[in-house]
Amino acid sequence: MGKTLLQKVWDAHTVRRLPTGQTQLFIGLHLIHEVTSPQAFDMIRARGWRVAFPNRTFATVDHIVPTANRARPFLDTMAEAMMSSLERNVAEYGIPLYNIGSEHQGIVHVIGPELGLTQPGMTIACGDSHTSTHGAFGAVAFGIGTTQVRDVLASQCLALEPLKVRRIDVTGRLAPGVYAKDVILEIIRRLGVKGGAGYAYEYAGSVVEGMSMDERLTICNMSVEGAARVGYVNPDETTFQYLEGRSFAPQGGDFDKAKQYWRSLASDGNAVYDDRVVIDGDALEPTVTWGINPGQSVGVSGKLPDPRDLPADDRAGVEEALQFMAFQGGGPIAGTKIDVAFIGSCTNSRLSDLREAARVVRGHHIAAHVKGLVVPGSEGVRRAAEREGLHEIFRDAGFEWRGAGCSMCLAMNPDRLEGRQVCASSSNRNFKGRQGSPTGRTLLMSPAMVAAAAVAGEVVDVRRHLSQEVTA
Amino acid sequence: MSASRIDHVSGRGIPLRGHDIDTDRIIPARYLKAISFEGLENHVFADDRSDPAHPFNQPQFQGASVLLVNRNFGCGSSREHAPQALQRWGINAVVGEVFSEIFFGNSVQLGLPCLTVSHDDVERLMAAVEADPATVIDVDVVGLRVRSGGMTAAATMPPAAHEALTTGLWDGTGLLLADFDQVRALAESLPYVTGRW
Repeated sequence: MGKTLLQKVWDAHTVRRLPTGQTQLFIGLHLIHEVTSPQAFDMIRARGWRVAFPNRTFATVDHIVPTANRARPFLDTMAEAMMSSLERNVAEYGIPLYNIGSEHQGIVHVIGPELGLTQPGMTIACGDSHTSTHGAFGAVAFGIGTTQVRDVLASQCLALEPLKVRRIDVTGRLAPGVYAKDVILEIIRRLGVKGGAGYAYEYAGSVVEGMSMDERLTICNMSVEGAARVGYVNPDETTFQYLEGRSFAPQGGDFDKAKQYWRSLASDGNAVYDDRVVIDGDALEPTVTWGINPGQSVGVSGKLPDPRDLPADDRAGVEEALQFMAFQGGGPIAGTKIDVAFIGSCTNSRLSDLREAARVVRGHHIAAHVKGLVVPGSEGVRRAAEREGLHEIFRDAGFEWRGAGCSMCLAMNPDRLEGRQVCASSSNRNFKGRQGSPTGRTLLMSPAMVAAAAVAGEVVDVRRHLSQEVTA
Repeated sequence: MSASRIDHVSGRGIPLRGHDIDTDRIIPARYLKAISFEGLENHVFADDRSDPAHPFNQPQFQGASVLLVNRNFGCGSSREHAPQALQRWGINAVVGEVFSEIFFGNSVQLGLPCLTVSHDDVERLMAAVEADPATVIDVDVVGLRVRSGGMTAAATMPPAAHEALTTGLWDGTGLLLADFDQVRALAESLPYVTGRW
């Protein structure tokens, strides 16, 4: 009987079975940032522990960093205190830090892949739920809490229970204007925001196999929004081509040997899955969320649910969402007026995301009432985009072009919604209050859809822009 | 290293109705801007509590220690600040229909048991507490039962978490460090650690 990638990686990293029945799993790569690590360092210091594997630990700053004025000390004194705390901790324990001003600073889930730190067959942990992103390389990557950050710092291990595996095949081909973001929003809508509890999601099928690494990262990133703590794609030639030549990837002859090893980790053809789901990629259209969790979405040509049509158990949730959003059940999502357009976040802030958005805004200007913000995922992405002139396209269209960070995805820095503003956002969460205003409203969509909404001033079908581009 | 055993929690209940209550709602991100967990209890459900009717605002539920919730409680961000804030507010056990995995795991590591009971039993417990906020809820972590008044609800919890809480192994770094030679040996077996491909 064949094995899944998850089983192979799990077995290769199992230290022992703990008296609690859990597995002690070795963590090959620990990524840390300024928000969830300070308390963990205090805990190990209080107990006199050391950092077990400082050379398997890497730090950056992303959550709280300003994206406009990045001069130190930060104007926000608490943000500055968090920066100093991280700087002290990494200095004390000998951990590399990609700090503000470093050419590699950026969102932790963007720089890991970019630097070649993220590799197939690794176990990866980070105090951030979107660590599932790294699974795009065929790694098994967990988001963890601060006490677990302490565990990994002290022991390079986690105590975990095994996961089941659900194979999700996305078949067919995506139509132009339909992106990885639409695929994952559809998966979450179909399987539910709690459907993945207890599972790792293995993404496969012709659509996923044909995707670039950037696109696979988008899909794996939002696994956790469907309650799957881990999501992954089996490594293949696309993975290897991406990794070749990156700073931390094996070099020269080692790279060829590594490829052999990585290939052997992919799920076997006769692997047994705990569940299988097929999604018809041909049928997907650009998707937009209308509610207060990422499962509440609809195709751009579709209509919002009418609570009166729903079974009693589902009605309350939909009514609560419609009330918060001040949307009419049964109405269309297209035509919803927006106030802010945000292109960024660990979901959709990579070079190919910015290219697609720039394609849509080129030669246009965003609507007069819209504030537009483009926040590259890393300083590396920012430089690459600037080499192609994307920053000029965005600026000419009326967008602000910023430095790298998490920014308005969770509004821990100065970028946030105000009052009841509606934001077309390429990020991952539309929870109440997520973008910094307790009453602010978020519509999740692909970066190209955000760009189209910014130009129109309302939610529109990006395929309209793209078809004009062909005829122009 | 040893932590105390969590065998049993008893106290008044606080009902928090609704599915998919995420960690951004339990503790909004702006309160994560700190280098310690101290004082988080002051901001638990900060935005939701702009509604005066929110249970955490109600005088009759102050001092309650058993939180009653519905499905997918604690979904979203992995921030441990969420269970930290609840625990510091005074919650010593959570009883609900379904818990998000990361929230559940974070809670176990803080010695905060989360017990799963049926939809109907949550409903009964919530109704009992709403009718009489003085109602005591007795959470038997060892026996996996939740009792209140005349009712007894059967509860479940993944075996490892149950074992960890009831044997006092929930604060588990000591376990992970107990045989560090084995950890080193495992690291030496991984090509990406050794560089020997």
